[in-house]
Amino acid sequence: MTGLRKLSFDAVVIGGGGAGMRASLQMAQSGFKTACLTKVFPTRSHTVSAQGGITCAIASADPNDDWRWHMYDTVKGSDYIGDQDAIEYMCSVGPEAVFELEHMGLPFSRFENGRIYQRPFGGQSKDYGAGGQAARTCAAADRTGHALLHTLYQANLKNNTTFLNEWFAVDLVRNQDGVVVGVIAIEIETGEVVFVESKATVLATGGAGRIYASTTNAHINTGDGIGMALRAGYAVQDIEMWQFHPTGIYGAGTLVTEGCRGEGGYLINKDGERFMERYAPNAKDLAGRDVVARSMMTEILEGRGCGENGDHVYLKLDHLGKDILHSRLPGITELSKTFAHVDPVNAPIPVVPTCHYMMGGIPTNVNGQAITQIKGKDQVIPGLYACGEAACVSVHGANRLGGNSLLDLVVFGRAAGIFIEEQLQQGIDYRLASEDDVDRAMGRLNALDSNDNGEDTAVLKRELQTCMQNYFGVFRDGEYMKKGRDELNTMRDRVANIAISDKSKAFNTARMEALELQNLFEVAEATAIAADERTESRGAHSRNDYPERDDKNWLCHSMYHPETKKLTKRDVNFKPKTVDTFEPKVRTY
Amino acid sequence: MLVSVYRYNPETDREPYMQDVEVSLPEGKDLMVLDVLNLIKEKDQSLSYRRSCREGVCGSDGVNMNGKNGLACITPVSEVVSRGKLVVRPLPGLPVVRDLVVDMGVFYKQYQRIKPYLQNSTPAGGRERLQSPEDRAKLDGLYECILCACCSTSCPSFWWNPEKFVGPSGLLQAYRFLADTRDEATEERLADLDDPFSVFRCRGIMNCVSVCPKGLNPTKAIGHIRDMLLSRAT
Repeated sequence: MTGLRKLSFDAVVIGGGGAGMRASLQMAQSGFKTACLTKVFPTRSHTVSAQGGITCAIASADPNDDWRWHMYDTVKGSDYIGDQDAIEYMCSVGPEAVFELEHMGLPFSRFENGRIYQRPFGGQSKDYGAGGQAARTCAAADRTGHALLHTLYQANLKNNTTFLNEWFAVDLVRNQDGVVVGVIAIEIETGEVVFVESKATVLATGGAGRIYASTTNAHINTGDGIGMALRAGYAVQDIEMWQFHPTGIYGAGTLVTEGCRGEGGYLINKDGERFMERYAPNAKDLAGRDVVARSMMTEILEGRGCGENGDHVYLKLDHLGKDILHSRLPGITELSKTFAHVDPVNAPIPVVPTCHYMMGGIPTNVNGQAITQIKGKDQVIPGLYACGEAACVSVHGANRLGGNSLLDLVVFGRAAGIFIEEQLQQGIDYRLASEDDVDRAMGRLNALDSNDNGEDTAVLKRELQTCMQNYFGVFRDGEYMKKGRDELNTMRDRVANIAISDKSKAFNTARMEALELQNLFEVAEATAIAADERTESRGAHSRNDYPERDDKNWLCHSMYHPETKKLTKRDVNFKPKTVDTFEPKVRTY
Repeated sequence: MLVSVYRYNPETDREPYMQDVEVSLPEGKDLMVLDVLNLIKEKDQSLSYRRSCREGVCGSDGVNMNGKNGLACITPVSEVVSRGKLVVRPLPGLPVVRDLVVDMGVFYKQYQRIKPYLQNSTPAGGRERLQSPEDRAKLDGLYECILCACCSTSCPSFWWNPEKFVGPSGLLQAYRFLADTRDEATEERLADLDDPFSVFRCRGIMNCVSVCPKGLNPTKAIGHIRDMLLSRAT
């Protein structure tokens, strides 16, 4: 080991978004030496951009609401490949986790009776689909993610969590027994490389929406945790499942919350027709996101799109009136003016389906323990945990419902924290990393720093994003995906051969962006192969050449193995503990 | 368009300098300042700045543009460019780490100092604490702060006394908790602020109000704290 500084913790959480900070809070509260290592100051994490709310059966809008109805909706939304034990856990523990947030100070909007405000969101129902639209999404105006993220940061400050702010995690360190014992990280301000040793390493690194050219995701969403896991040889699950949010602002990609439609807004085509009535007669604009996104694309492809090029549709909100828009959707009003030059009080917002969320990720159990598959059998990866968007526990399956991401990250950030807390109390013993172990994890960084003549990050990034956008979007097709895979194949060596001209240490963002691009590439390649191999249409994965859902062959998770670049199948959990199984049905809204 | 951007790399530059870069902008499209920085960085990767959400909610990219603080990602070039030139500098008053990246340490320290978390020791029971919509509305204009530091770094009182004057952002947050009907630490919070510097160094210059990218009004919040401190003293 070439004289690296070493820092030691009981637990290190990589990522300072909602999931990471909920996990670190749990462990800090119990007094363990916990670090939250994050490449941006925590409140700059992408959770901050979540708008509409956190879906949870707290029985405020409807005193008779039931978490089982929420579970039913989530299972159906997932197109039946969400794990029912995990969904059961999320929906039943949810209310407790949401009330905790309120007690920490989250400034939820309120009903007249003083309880937390809840609004309708897509895919929500009462009474297992028989009771009509539910209003189950708890909101702080349309800034719920911001309110949640700041509240969690504040709670961590109160509980003295150690923050390693603006530290970039490079790769996992494993000892000779295959136990994950920490991570190599760069302190961005000084450029110093440090071995952060830990008894538990939690990947809470969020999504990777930047593999696409058009995305609602922040610049920082580069799949760093997925990249680290894949490079370590671990499999990722359902990585072909990418959500395209129906309403990204046309041209800019910034998100317009589903809450707009929850509050009564709707989509129209160039003829002013409310076209969702044709595609989803019951739920209309509040059908599942995959359904709405496909309907919009169909309108556009069949020549009913809006604008000069007919390449978007409109979200109509003006009929809601100024008061509702300003009190319940103030952030949207602001964003629309800035990025679409439209005031929704007077005119509709131009929108188009935009990459939004990665349903797949690092497979975990409900305790946050990362899982890999060895000879077809589940195996816990010792020392490694994951939660939030980086993880695939899996509660979202093939399509996530709006408002379920915030619930996922607080419930499973908390669950991972609770489990690690117990493990630490019982005592965790492992062999320390040797110099060789650390050197191995330094390989990628050393290669980048010693390369003087190679590829340019910005050029490659553009090529990668264009390829993914063209061949792996809302509608997919075997022939095109094959082309995409070929392009990615030729890109792999080039991505490994990136050279940075600036090798200085202090706040070198060129080095970071090169490392991020390599992570993006790992995610993109996994996505491409898994998408091509899953020969059916399910949830967000929609193929022209295989238009039907194929329960006989594909009612299962996909597992992508980086070393063989092959896909295997993994059973979906159909055994919730306290309720009957929700059997797969045809999914209509 | 000519862009003049502040450069400083502590490893290679003895002192900071302004670098002029000619950037060709796409026609018919009003780019944001962040887009322009991204274009420059594609050609010269050594330029460092912070960025994340690119939609004005994360607060990463507070910079000074033609003399005024704001977020690069939601500031259209046309709004700040002057005589065909865009001048981008780091936020004033904080030590520069590199190029447009400043050391926000003292700013965060002032935020932490006001104990920015709800304090309530009464058991809440199994559900949420109730709050009327009217009481909740008292937090509007306060909780939306994104900690970008545009306000505090435009405040002369903060430039002079960054260690002692909490600054507009920290005080806005202080009032966010004073105004929250669920918080029980009003007296302790006021006692912590009751000295000649923490609050009373605000001279009502209102630079904070004119630069806040979220349209918030720290001066007004500071006025409320002053009133609370004064009525507590009498």
